[in-house]
Amino acid sequence: MTAGRWVNSLETDLFPSKFKPILPHKCYVCRNFTRSSALRSRTHINFGVKGDVAVVRLNSPNSKVNTLNKELQSEFMEVMNEIWASDQIRSAVLISTKPGCFIAGADINMLASCKTHEEVTRISQEGQRMFEKLEKSTKPIVAAISGACLGGGLELAISCQYRIATKDRKTVLGAPEVLLGILPGAGGTQRLPKMVGLPAAFDMMLTGRNIRADRAKRMGLVDQLVEPLGPGLKPPEERTIEYLEEVAVNFAKGLSDKKISIKRDKGLVEKLTSYALSIPFVRQQVYKKVEEKVRKQTKGLYPAPLKIIDVVKTGIEQGNDAGYLSESQKFGELAMTKESKALMGLYHGQVLCKKNKFGAPQKEVKDLAILGAGLMGAGIAQVSVDKGLKTILKDATLTGLGRGQQQVFKGLNDKVKKKALTSFERDSIFSNLTGQLDYQGFEKADMVIEAVFEDLSLKHKVLKEVEAVIPGHCVFASNTSALPINEIAAASKRPEKVIGMHYFSPVDKMQLLEIITTDKTSKDTTASAVAVGLKQGKVIIVVKDGPGFYTTRCLAPMMSEVLRILQEGVEPKKLDSLTTSFGFPVGAATLVDEVGVDVAKHVSEDLGKAFGERFEGGNIELLKEMVSRGFLGRKSGKGFYIYQEGVKTKNVNSDMDGILASLKVPPNSSDEDIQYRLVTRFVNEAVLCLQEGILATPTEGDIGAVFGLGFPPCLGGPFRFVDLYGAQKIVDRLRKFEAAYGKQFTPCQLLIDHANSANKFYQ
Amino acid sequence: MTSILTYTFKNLPNASKWALRFSVRPLSCSSQLRAAPAAQTKSKKTLAKPNIRNIVVVDGVRIPFLQSGTSYKDLMPHDLARAALSGLLHRTNVPKDVVDYIIFGTVIQEVKTSNVAREAALGAGFSDKTPAHTVTMACISANQAMTTGVGLIASGQCDVVVAGGVELMSDVPIRHSRKMRKMMLDLNKAKTLGQRLSLLSKFRLNFLSPELPAVAEFSTSETMGHSADRLAAAFAVSRADQDEYALRSHSLAKKAQDEGLLSDIVPFKVPGKDTVTKDNGIRPSSLEQMAKLKPAFIKPYGTVTAANSSFLTDGASAMLIMAEEKALAMGYKPKAYLRDFVYVSQDPKDQLLLGPTYATPKVLEKAGLTLNDIDAFEFHEAFSGQILANFKAMDSDWFAQNYMGRKTKVGSPPLEKFNNWGGSLSLGHPFGATGCRLVMAAANRLRKEGGQYGLVAACAAGGQGHAMIVEAYPK
Repeated sequence: MTAGRWVNSLETDLFPSKFKPILPHKCYVCRNFTRSSALRSRTHINFGVKGDVAVVRLNSPNSKVNTLNKELQSEFMEVMNEIWASDQIRSAVLISTKPGCFIAGADINMLASCKTHEEVTRISQEGQRMFEKLEKSTKPIVAAISGACLGGGLELAISCQYRIATKDRKTVLGAPEVLLGILPGAGGTQRLPKMVGLPAAFDMMLTGRNIRADRAKRMGLVDQLVEPLGPGLKPPEERTIEYLEEVAVNFAKGLSDKKISIKRDKGLVEKLTSYALSIPFVRQQVYKKVEEKVRKQTKGLYPAPLKIIDVVKTGIEQGNDAGYLSESQKFGELAMTKESKALMGLYHGQVLCKKNKFGAPQKEVKDLAILGAGLMGAGIAQVSVDKGLKTILKDATLTGLGRGQQQVFKGLNDKVKKKALTSFERDSIFSNLTGQLDYQGFEKADMVIEAVFEDLSLKHKVLKEVEAVIPGHCVFASNTSALPINEIAAASKRPEKVIGMHYFSPVDKMQLLEIITTDKTSKDTTASAVAVGLKQGKVIIVVKDGPGFYTTRCLAPMMSEVLRILQEGVEPKKLDSLTTSFGFPVGAATLVDEVGVDVAKHVSEDLGKAFGERFEGGNIELLKEMVSRGFLGRKSGKGFYIYQEGVKTKNVNSDMDGILASLKVPPNSSDEDIQYRLVTRFVNEAVLCLQEGILATPTEGDIGAVFGLGFPPCLGGPFRFVDLYGAQKIVDRLRKFEAAYGKQFTPCQLLIDHANSANKFYQ
Repeated sequence: MTSILTYTFKNLPNASKWALRFSVRPLSCSSQLRAAPAAQTKSKKTLAKPNIRNIVVVDGVRIPFLQSGTSYKDLMPHDLARAALSGLLHRTNVPKDVVDYIIFGTVIQEVKTSNVAREAALGAGFSDKTPAHTVTMACISANQAMTTGVGLIASGQCDVVVAGGVELMSDVPIRHSRKMRKMMLDLNKAKTLGQRLSLLSKFRLNFLSPELPAVAEFSTSETMGHSADRLAAAFAVSRADQDEYALRSHSLAKKAQDEGLLSDIVPFKVPGKDTVTKDNGIRPSSLEQMAKLKPAFIKPYGTVTAANSSFLTDGASAMLIMAEEKALAMGYKPKAYLRDFVYVSQDPKDQLLLGPTYATPKVLEKAGLTLNDIDAFEFHEAFSGQILANFKAMDSDWFAQNYMGRKTKVGSPPLEKFNNWGGSLSLGHPFGATGCRLVMAAANRLRKEGGQYGLVAACAAGGQGHAMIVEAYPK
């Protein structure tokens, strides 16, 4: 179950919960209160003067991050006006004293409260005016960047005359607006291409990717780097920010004394590129290529990227005024789209699902043990060791164990190849992993996660073995995609310590972790599991136990419908293209192959028994036949498609024709109906999960569907989709399909209620 | 700091002599130390421990330390080591057959003479029956050679050990790339012409790009100068302070050289060249000149420059260590006792060069001394910024509590007792050989200045450090 680029890129560091406060930031005081204005009460900004350099320090109260909200903006402009008016001040430094964050972006709630696109356009224009003043400042302004400099923060920084950034991992620059379905609306679309060149600017704005400081320096996005410092006479983080300020003040002085030039030496390649792009024909080709690529990747489902291209083009071809106007108008339009609302909803959801609402566990998990070194077990190990968890990976055979250890090593080594780790760091991280065949050291384990084969009696066996050796406080977590946790816990002496942790494959790529609690699972056990998951970098939903929990249960009816559609004679390739063009990152037929036909069969049988007719539709004989022929999907080389090492284009497995022909049912659906048959069954089941209390909140339902199952991010998840699309319309469609195909399409009560009452899942 | 000062002044009566001789302008941070006394009253206890053999330095020598690429540039490391060993033989007249063991330190190894101690000893005319081995521990390799010798004597395995160190930075092993090496090795094994041709066909031009010996820390990929610059910044050591300290080192070294205090030097007749008699890296400059230099590592705003860093050096040192009773029985008048020593290690990234800070309080505690008891400090000067950062760290309760797990700071060494005859910044720093120079400088200073205890400390790559107490041998 791989979610595509759109989902993955949502993981970027723009989400504030990532910025953990390193220190309570109380010792950093401004020593230079030389102006009376500094004593005026400001809450977000602290302003001092060093010689003839003004130092503007941002630190919003009661928040882990600085955002460009109204108060901060007005305080900032007030301070800047004072700086411009003062005769003593010749230059300024802009710095954040909040650890790990320069400015994480604009305040998106500001947009959410707008009712019309004109209102949003006005916000954009205010921002444009503010940054234009900075850009035109006769007194040079140096942005001293430490930590996240994203969105509006980046637009502010590139309006300054000079940028100095700390070269650490927390310092990233980026324009993630596209991930929220909007565009950089405060001059970013106009300034960025001039600063880093058209191709790099498109790359930043269209992917929203974060750029580390050293790369930013090479691109010309920042002018100088400052190395992070170790301990001196103060904590390292504190001293580093102080040092950054000292260096920035020196550069500010140098700039105002004209000893330093803001002009950057361009390399040969850069010069050639910028020459080429000065030719209108070349530029047109670039626009065309980028647009083609965007259309191909977004399938027209996301309006923001195309508008970004349009706005950039307007600015370059028709001049600044037209560019700024277009930027603010398109910004307003985009902020009002369903796609943007869906993506912003996901953003908020993700922030929520990165918090531990169960509080801190009594005992922090430091020693972890994983049973089973298969794909999942090794994947879990990989995301644990690099977070500093001491991890035991136990398998039954040396071959299995060796394969798992190699998987962990390869995962780390790939990071070395991408220069995200040094080989030394890799080795040091890898030393957190102990591979073994016995239970040695389990007496110290704080948590055991079993990822053995999905077989209840096997799970019971290992549970008993493990309970004989682990200490009393140790949590036993089961990584299963469908086996009910209470059935696993039935074999336990201490069911309050048993919990489900459903990871998604590949574990190092998929962000979701579904945690399953039984009636007996204690709150502390849950808190412990959530804490481990968060440490592993996961987005977490906590659901109640039941057949298929939430994610598998939602997927199963859709899969059943997939089979039915294939039985109707729809080509796998056609089905894939219908699903991806609806916004799923992976086509439905491919998804079956990826999950594994045997697994799909197993799950369908189990859930079919549990839920009866609602899970009918496709004929399970299809899966059974495939399993018996050895068509298990990607892992066996054949499924609906043929998989060959090194061959990129997928060919349909022609041996399937016979099987499909023997189970043929009459076709009678339009393309749109096919898409909606799949989606409505998914959505209906998701809403039923909320109705039955499997899900605690619609937010978790949306996050689980998007991050675990690849539900189209542009729709925001099943619940957001119901809200935006309209419950009534979905019920109508379900009724229509119910009449044509049967009870599997009967809408659930909660959905009907919403249709009747116009209630929304999100207020 | 003030308490140390008061103590020092109380105990040191004849202050005026040194104040006059101390011509260099002291560092701004310690200008109150200008009127600095030297000679110590002889009322301290000796550090002999019951049931442990006293170990003495009979004498130690070094060939002049030269900037790499100068007179020693055509030699090999064992040539330098041999010269130091011959010098030691000559200086001490020790009968070759009483030497039980020879240990040398070195850092960048010449692959042909990987056990350089053995090759040098054989060539220097030591008995071929005397075993020798080579140790490596970055800049404290010679210290490791000495303490290994101390261990052999203390445990009764040996009575007489020669310890030393050598480094030749004029020539370093530059290798073929791994791909090229692999191909050459495979070619060796290839039997048929076909096999050879098929191997050769895989040759690519980039195979020829050479592999230089690592200048960067392996664990962090950071060069030491870069780390020193960050360390200086972390402790807020200014460029001006660093330049001033470097100038002090050069000025003191020049003075020591002019006054003939660097008596551990033995002349070295370089084959085909003139006899070298003096260190050639001592270049007292002016602060104005030094201020003009651009930063060498963190550009363009760093503070570590060529002028306030130690330079690449060629050189070798050697020292005769004996059990006290053996030395006396042989009729020697030893120079000093080698007393307690420690090795420490810490984070190689952010505390790479803080070895002295960690080692000093530990070794003092071990010996039952305080900083005030020390009459002569000899610290290895890798960079001015590193020395000054160590001073600040040693003088910080916050650092002691948060990073060293100690209740209080140890205190910063008084500058008037510190590296009075120059240091690695001015005399040079042949990585493997510096340790013996530090100990001999401490021993010779104690004799000259009349003090009793010397403290030797050094930092080393890998985030390691060393300190040792040297006690003057009673006259």
